Amino acid sequence: MNNDVKPLTPVLTKRWLSPRSWTIRTYEQLEGYTALRKALEAHPDQLIQLCKDSGLRGRGGAGFPTGMKWGFIPQGDGKPHYLVINADEGEPGTCKDIPLMMADPHSLVEGIIITSYAIRANFAAVYVRGEALHCIRRMQAAVQEAYEAGYLGKDILGSGFDLDVVIHSGAGAYICGEETALLDSLEGLRGQPRLKPPFPATSGLYESPTVVNNVETIASVPFIVNGGSDWFRTMGRDRSPGPKIYSLSGHVTNPGQYEAPMGTTLRQLLELAGGMKDGIPLKFWTPGGSSTPLFTADHLDVPLDFEGAAEAGSMLGTTALQLFNETVSVPWAVMKWTEFYKHESCGKCTPCREGTYWLVQILQRMVRGEGTAGDIDTLLDICDNVLGRSFCALGDGAVSPITSGIQYFKDEFLALCDINAASTGKHALAGAH
Amino acid sequence: MTSDLSDDLFGADLADRAKAIIARYPRSRSALLPMLHLVQSVEGYVSVDGIAFCADQLDLTTAEVSAVATFYTMYKRKPCGEHLVSVCTNTLCAALGGDAIYDGLRKHLGRDGKALGHEETSGVPGEPGSITLEHAECLAACDLAPVLQVNYEFYDNQTPESALDLVKQLQAGKKPDPTRGAPLTDFRQVELQLAGFLDGRESDVDGPSAALETLRGAKIAHEKGWTAPTMPDSVSFPALPEKK
Repeated sequence: MNNDVKPLTPVLTKRWLSPRSWTIRTYEQLEGYTALRKALEAHPDQLIQLCKDSGLRGRGGAGFPTGMKWGFIPQGDGKPHYLVINADEGEPGTCKDIPLMMADPHSLVEGIIITSYAIRANFAAVYVRGEALHCIRRMQAAVQEAYEAGYLGKDILGSGFDLDVVIHSGAGAYICGEETALLDSLEGLRGQPRLKPPFPATSGLYESPTVVNNVETIASVPFIVNGGSDWFRTMGRDRSPGPKIYSLSGHVTNPGQYEAPMGTTLRQLLELAGGMKDGIPLKFWTPGGSSTPLFTADHLDVPLDFEGAAEAGSMLGTTALQLFNETVSVPWAVMKWTEFYKHESCGKCTPCREGTYWLVQILQRMVRGEGTAGDIDTLLDICDNVLGRSFCALGDGAVSPITSGIQYFKDEFLALCDINAASTGKHALAGAH
Repeated sequence: MTSDLSDDLFGADLADRAKAIIARYPRSRSALLPMLHLVQSVEGYVSVDGIAFCADQLDLTTAEVSAVATFYTMYKRKPCGEHLVSVCTNTLCAALGGDAIYDGLRKHLGRDGKALGHEETSGVPGEPGSITLEHAECLAACDLAPVLQVNYEFYDNQTPESALDLVKQLQAGKKPDPTRGAPLTDFRQVELQLAGFLDGRESDVDGPSAALETLRGAKIAHEKGWTAPTMPDSVSFPALPEKK
């Protein structure tokens, strides 16, 4: 990391402080739509190359290189191309895209126009989570303003490029954050993941080549066009460059959104956020939502970028840092998350549908103090039969809190079994320890 | 197949709106989700007549429409109250008080000593002061936990007491402003907005959005004079890659 770079690097969040930041008037006063003018002068392939050079990686959790994704779109294939924005923010702990769309919707709109031009798409859809009504209003208003200013519609700024954008409300289904489930949902179907391949790059929306990108990813694009790839790479680390919105929540003195260079640690973020609330020590936390394996107080210095989180045994996910102090029971937290995954499993794949159903019942039994030590083995066995055995990653995410919770806090699960053994005297053998 | 009453409800005006939704998309079936929101704006839930209406507009079978309507939690299968109160009880909100908020509201809205259940309604659905209660999954406002929504407007940093006070005001016909979002209307009107019709409520866009928490990082940076590295004055695009 560049030593001259400040602990916080507001890029995406900088305009948020401006009055009526969501209006086109404010946006244009603050360099808004200047990147679009430059981009339309370039060849679309130069924009794809720029994105590759910048090293931008998807901000929706998976971290796939964005420029490479754009490059997968076959050109000259005679089919319509589509850009779909995944704005279905719902991963527990994640709360960055909704404030971004509310505060600075035009940065996303401008990013959409540039990206669509690069991949030669003439229709783009923003799939916004239905519960995010105020975002939907702001995005719709921004799109309308962009049409009126000639940034959308036919022959944008005289370039000959046409683009229509629709804001599409979801209807309450976590699974639609999975890109192929999102596409099915956008086609008016039940939101269930598709078998891959084919991937959306060749067969996405309406069986046509489609790029699906997260809000934060595409909102970064105008800045990369204006600043260039070298500028973008002055922040963050070599393989995970750029700024990132870290969302701190839970038992922290000052929860909120903190945009810092990729690779920032929780220790550094906690310093900015006033430390743990009431001085009660940190017990466990998620680096990027509940689908990323838990970390503990031993992981305060893990660089939070794609490599750093993975090397420490978790994933960067959506940089949704949910912090829990010593008052919170790990088995209880794991049970609550598992109830969520059970509710949100779409039911298509048996391991995930049945696995989450049984995992919840075992965890509820344990939290009630009716478990046995054998339940821990059963949990891990079921997790083993869910992980990697379904079409999408929901099941993988569902087992993350359980396996990591048991890995770091097995004693707490065993202590719950002791309650049972003490009250019934029946399970002393099963809990042999 | 539809009664006179519902013919009236699902008449020409609504069909015009349905057609406007269809016109937004390259293929008509993409209009189904917004159209189901539109249908909910009529009766406060997705009724059998509403499903028939969507099927008719999109040339689908009612079974195809039902299959979609029953998949998504925001489509309600029983008439909702004037207001829909959604309490986040996912792990983080729950740990900070979300479970206590939900339990308190269940008891308050229950009758005859029985707590109100998930997606049940206190009062006569649609009548003033009627409230449908639900527990919700993560509402993506974790830095403002615990949160609840009324008709999908955010009420942040709640306590069991503040949430109870809010619900009592709703029951009394008052409409306290949300922390983030537009002034409260009712469930049916916001469903119309979710279908993409903001007509007459353009000022809703200006409802507050940025909480203290939202702006924390940006404010600290501003106060300390921290900025991202300065962009170069001029940047040229990379050369056009050679065709392989």
